Amino acid sequence: MVAEASTGARSTDRAPVPLLRLTGIGKHFGPVQALRDVNLEIYPGEVLALVGDNGAGKSTMIKTISGIWSPDGGEISWEGNRVHIRSPRDAAALGIATMYQDLALCDNLDIVQNMFLGRETVRHGFLNEESMETAARKTLTDLSVTTVRSIRQPVGSLSGGQRQAVAVARAVLEDAKLVIMDEPTAALGVSQTAMVLNLVKSLAERGVAVLLISHNLVDVFSVADHIAALYLGHVAGTYLASELDTQRAVELITTGALAGSGQPGAGKD
Amino acid sequence: MSTTGPEIELDPTAADQVTDPAVLGGNELVADTLGEYLTAQWKRIKGGESGALPVIIGLIIIVAIFQTQNSHFLSSGNLVNLIEQSGIFVLLGMAEVFVLLLGEIDLSVGYVAGVGAAITGELATTPHNVNWFLAVLAGLAACAAIGLIQGLLITRLGLPSFVVTLGGLLGWQGFVLWLIQKDKNAPGGSIPVTSNVLNDIVNGSMSVTAGWIVMVLAVAAFALLTLNQTRRRRAAGLVTPPLSLTAIKIALVAIAGVVVMLICSRNRGLGLITLKGAPWIAPLLVVVLVIYSLLLGRMRFGRYIYAIGGNAEAARRAGISLNTIRLLAFVLCSFTAGVAGMVYLSFQGSMSADIPGGDFVLYAVAAAVIGGVSLFGGRGRMSGALIGGVVLATIFNGMGLIQIGAAGQDMVIALVLLAAVTVDAIARRGRSAT
Repeated sequence: MVAEASTGARSTDRAPVPLLRLTGIGKHFGPVQALRDVNLEIYPGEVLALVGDNGAGKSTMIKTISGIWSPDGGEISWEGNRVHIRSPRDAAALGIATMYQDLALCDNLDIVQNMFLGRETVRHGFLNEESMETAARKTLTDLSVTTVRSIRQPVGSLSGGQRQAVAVARAVLEDAKLVIMDEPTAALGVSQTAMVLNLVKSLAERGVAVLLISHNLVDVFSVADHIAALYLGHVAGTYLASELDTQRAVELITTGALAGSGQPGAGKD
Repeated sequence: MSTTGPEIELDPTAADQVTDPAVLGGNELVADTLGEYLTAQWKRIKGGESGALPVIIGLIIIVAIFQTQNSHFLSSGNLVNLIEQSGIFVLLGMAEVFVLLLGEIDLSVGYVAGVGAAITGELATTPHNVNWFLAVLAGLAACAAIGLIQGLLITRLGLPSFVVTLGGLLGWQGFVLWLIQKDKNAPGGSIPVTSNVLNDIVNGSMSVTAGWIVMVLAVAAFALLTLNQTRRRRAAGLVTPPLSLTAIKIALVAIAGVVVMLICSRNRGLGLITLKGAPWIAPLLVVVLVIYSLLLGRMRFGRYIYAIGGNAEAARRAGISLNTIRLLAFVLCSFTAGVAGMVYLSFQGSMSADIPGGDFVLYAVAAAVIGGVSLFGGRGRMSGALIGGVVLATIFNGMGLIQIGAAGQDMVIALVLLAAVTVDAIARRGRSAT
């Protein structure tokens, strides 16, 4: 589907082509216009936080990107090419990994088994546990996940943050290019939250684009490169995180505009 | 859909990235000595991952009680008897494990075994006189087909397995009755087993020499596989259990093999008859156990069964075809029930309509649950059915020896089953609390 590939993504500057670009995306459910004319860009290695009040369209938006719902109108392009994401399978094939709040892990399986579920390495028909365990351990180490007691313990015995780590590691093993995280810190304590935010940073350092949905502005400001505010189904503006502070972000979320601001998205480069 | 070309390099397993074992050791439970390993194991037991240990301890206690009540209990004649009695319970329990792991249940295994036994028995005797091997093949194929039908109803129509197989419990009982009533050659409604091979599954024995050779080969194979696995893990720089533990494991298996063969090698014949050697059912059980354990523990199919039993939604999102795996599990369940049917046929020496298929279902579930297989799905091993089946047979056998009748036996079995389910439920609560 995608013949052309982006180049130079590792440089400090942004890649010339965004990984994902939404242009004029709309979605309605009956008379309710959930999304209208949504424009958004996300680049490799960048953390884009999506903020907005309840009902602003955050969920609809991530479900559109991850193929659960098709948009009514507008265009999605991936690495510069127009794509149609019609199912979660399409999204996964492109390299989009969506982590919902429930995380979908098997509590009775261990960390390695969960990370490789559905993509097990097999040798002569038998599971190749050595290669999977080695790869899993390397991925976790690369992500600086060092708090798990044993990589062979069942996921059911892990803390909330550690479970997030397993889900993130799973996405990394999948070679995901875009990881969408829906409220990853919602149910976590302070140290667990810090751990998950570190994971987000590690993902970005690896060149993965992260779309972070969060209500918690402290978390948002600690990891996001850019912040997009949704207001009543519309992108009220995309800003560099350094352009905003908590107060201005709240203003954006609640009113959909910044008093006395210039053009939204100004100074993105 | 796949993308090729000069992509951003994200592959975490890329060969050019250096792996440093010293750094990687940081997040592991390192158990270098046996003591540390035992401590870790004890923590697991407290955390609800008890494994087979409590049941084995329970079994030893039961055996000790029976032996003090009747010194004949541990005689070689009775112990071989015990092995033969265990066969049906163990096989039915193994059949049930496949579906219990999914969080489903199959109530039809008893009469599915009956259908297999009736078809094979019918074919192998007059007037058909089909070769025993083909007759067994036909019986097993019929059972697998039953599993396919029930499995399709459960997976394609989304019917609850409880109800579909409850229908099977009744329907296949009727089918067995119909088949046997139809047979004009069955004297007194009983199909005799005329094939020596079929008779010998339970009633015949290997020669003592052959038994020892098979046992030694089996233990050697186990030792080689275990050591090879350890070697490969070590070569990959992964944490390996301490060598002493591996040695103890192999030694225990070897001791068990030697003990069984010592028991089987003694003359257990009465009077002038000499009777020794391991009954064929013993290697049959070991072979089935090994194949099924590999299937569940070392292959994708088994991994997916555990995944579905643990969290079906997660399995679905991981791209696993839930219906295919479930269907296969029901086919394997019925097929294994068929194997149990062959053993029943051999054990009885004939097949009649009064096969206790209803009781068999209960014993099958009981064997699996006593062996640590969770009714809630996702937890347990094939070997659990072996242990559970042996526990059931031991109780029946021992209580029979100390002159306690069916009434007492059933009540004791009920208590053991309740104890096993309680352990399962408490362990589950313990896990969800963490």
